[in-house]
Amino acid sequence: MSTTVKEFQPATRTGRLANYLDTRVGMSPIVKEFGRKIFPDHWTFMFGEVALYSFVILLLSGAFLTFFFDPSMAHVTYEGAYAPLYGIEMSAAYASTLDISFDIRGGLFMRQLHHWAALLFVAAMSVHMLRVFFTGAFRRPRELNWVVGCGLLMMGWAAGFTGYSLPDEVLSGNGLRIIDGILKSLPLVGSHLSMFLFGGEFPGYSIVGRLYALHIMIVPAVILLLIVIHLFMVVTHKHTQYPGPGRTENNVVGYPVGPVYAAKAGGFFFIVFGVLALMAGTVTINAMWNYGPYDPSPVQAGTQPDWYIGWFDGALRLMPGQIGDFSFLWNIPMPWGSSVSLPMGVLFPLMPVGILILGMIAWPWIEAWVTKDNREHHILDRPRNAPGRTAAGVAGITWYCVMWAAASSDLIATHFQVSLNDVLYLLRVLFFLGPVIAFIVTRRICLSLQRKDRELVLHGHESGVVEMSPEGGFSERHRNLTDYEMYRLVSFESPRPIPATPGRKGKVSTMEKVRASVSRLFFEERVEPVTREELVEAQLDGHHGHGAVEGDQGNQLGH
Amino acid sequence: MKALSQHRRHPLMGLALLLLGLLVTGGLYSAASTVNQAQAATQVTTAASSDDIAEGEKLFNANCASCHGMGAAGTDAAPSLIGVGAASVDFQVGTGRMPMQMNGPQARLKPRQFSEEQTAQMAAYVASLGAGPSVPEEKYLDADHEDVNIAKGGELFRINCAMCHNAAAAGGALTRGKFAPTLEGVSEKHIYEAMATGPQNMPVFSDANLKPEDKRDIIAYLKTIESNDSPGGLSLGSLGPVSEGLFIWTAGLAVIIGFMVWLTSRSS
Repeated sequence: MSTTVKEFQPATRTGRLANYLDTRVGMSPIVKEFGRKIFPDHWTFMFGEVALYSFVILLLSGAFLTFFFDPSMAHVTYEGAYAPLYGIEMSAAYASTLDISFDIRGGLFMRQLHHWAALLFVAAMSVHMLRVFFTGAFRRPRELNWVVGCGLLMMGWAAGFTGYSLPDEVLSGNGLRIIDGILKSLPLVGSHLSMFLFGGEFPGYSIVGRLYALHIMIVPAVILLLIVIHLFMVVTHKHTQYPGPGRTENNVVGYPVGPVYAAKAGGFFFIVFGVLALMAGTVTINAMWNYGPYDPSPVQAGTQPDWYIGWFDGALRLMPGQIGDFSFLWNIPMPWGSSVSLPMGVLFPLMPVGILILGMIAWPWIEAWVTKDNREHHILDRPRNAPGRTAAGVAGITWYCVMWAAASSDLIATHFQVSLNDVLYLLRVLFFLGPVIAFIVTRRICLSLQRKDRELVLHGHESGVVEMSPEGGFSERHRNLTDYEMYRLVSFESPRPIPATPGRKGKVSTMEKVRASVSRLFFEERVEPVTREELVEAQLDGHHGHGAVEGDQGNQLGH
Repeated sequence: MKALSQHRRHPLMGLALLLLGLLVTGGLYSAASTVNQAQAATQVTTAASSDDIAEGEKLFNANCASCHGMGAAGTDAAPSLIGVGAASVDFQVGTGRMPMQMNGPQARLKPRQFSEEQTAQMAAYVASLGAGPSVPEEKYLDADHEDVNIAKGGELFRINCAMCHNAAAAGGALTRGKFAPTLEGVSEKHIYEAMATGPQNMPVFSDANLKPEDKRDIIAYLKTIESNDSPGGLSLGSLGPVSEGLFIWTAGLAVIIGFMVWLTSRSS
């Protein structure tokens, strides 16, 4: 006995098309998974989108530039339209960048669009990461996606730096010279690495071609791959959301991708494109015609890398070559007679950079280790409700910004009419004190904001109406919070410090002691969320006309 | 006379005398200064006559000698000016840097304090004390001269000047509060004189180092980039990546965030 399954016969043209796709590539599950993905609406969730759209714009404008750019260091004589460089000997790379800027229709616009998009790409990624960090979105199950994000950020730096160096002008040549110097400062392998990278002695004839291969193939390919992994994980994990009524660890409240969100996101792409195009059309970026063809002898005042490399440069600028008679060039004698010289003036500045990058990558595990919290989190923290993390983050930002500012020490000096030396001395002090001060101040601000929240929950909004009771007492009327406001202010956790606990052998390890002291630093001072009982009590008091009286110490917030 | 002497103890007499005294001094001063001006006006064409030198010496003694010493021999407060040449005086006084407003890492630009004639007289006096670079000839200041090579001027500028003055001549920092100023709006003569005399912390670019024609090329290059508008739009001060980074983090991100808030404020 044979049964024939009657094949589905679509009736409409759309149906036929959908059925065609469905039976061949299994379109329905794909649409179901991706098309129904829910995005909660909040403006801070859109920085990642900005980065993604900037990257698309980078690919489009970059493709245009590859048609005209010649990544060759062969000598040519410039005979293009820019008179102040006419007849000057230069590399083909620099000459073709000048051609793009002055002789190719729309070339300067595309160059500037590409460069502005690059700056926005890295800036948007950075702000996106700050949002993820301060709201605790990196916690389980999203730790690996955080690492992928860190990879994207660093690939963004790499893409930016390799692109910045392509025009082969004096400005970026100095950047390469610094890279060369850092490589050569590495003990034992330094000069070999430098020779390997530059294909001989700096600057050689290979570096622009090599950077070009990295810039247009390898780095973008890695970025694309990481973006795919990143977005795939975003879909797998579902989106995080801010706390609110009806939002739990098991749901996502928002709008599905199709159709509204897709339309909105598509529109947003064109907004980002439009803003960047407006900037590219009206604001100069990298006036490479001013710098002249690369020549290893001159360095120009105001030589800085693009902003995202600034903090590397700043770390180098902060480091003194010697203090008094103490030199940071260390010559370590070796048993076989010769000595290895360690230019610590270059090697020390690599340490804060490394510490910040490693700390950023490892943070999800560092925090889980301190809090011993291994639960899944899909509801975000308000930054004030995680004072320890927020303070640590601001300390990191401060450290970064001190190094960042040091990269523009000369411009700070000229524009604020102060001494360049004083700027550096101040930044050196801030390099050590800044993060500590930032940590303490931020934690205090967070705790104060939490106390303000408590006060608000227990006593309501001040109405500005002062009433006199028959007995002659004055009190201010308070307006109770709405349920939505209330939910946001009370639905958070306030972990207690976890003291050091003995391990399996009954001994408290050193690491455990460190963990306990960090835990104490983060959570010792804490503000409890308002409990139901406290709320009921406060409201009852309010009915009796006492709870809301200003200055009534007995009913002030619990400590 | 009797009438006058009768009133000599009048309460208003003091006031009247004061007014009379002021009128007489003021009148004499204005008469004397117009006489001076008239002299200067007639003598401006004849460069460095002995009268000029004499007038310059008077001006010098009245305005400069307190720091630079009598006979420009120098004091602890300021260097000797013997042998700095007329170009140096013309630059320092002509740009208002001298007389110096206050002690500091270096003299700052300010409105000039002396007329061209007075400046020329002081320059003549200082030049008479010892040989030094003279005020440049007109032909070396002509940026439109037929022999000018702008590209070569640009190359010379990048090799010799841009390390302090920035690639786009926007200025830059030196140590301990000293700085290389922007070259925008500086006259051809003053650029030339600065190269020839090395004012403040600037090195001297003598004629053996940069020939007068080379200096003219540099001036022509500077005037070209000054008169050409920035090809790419707003120049952001021609300060390079720092102002670009500042722009994307302030204006750029602010506009984008504005759109983000707008998009998410209308949920459905």
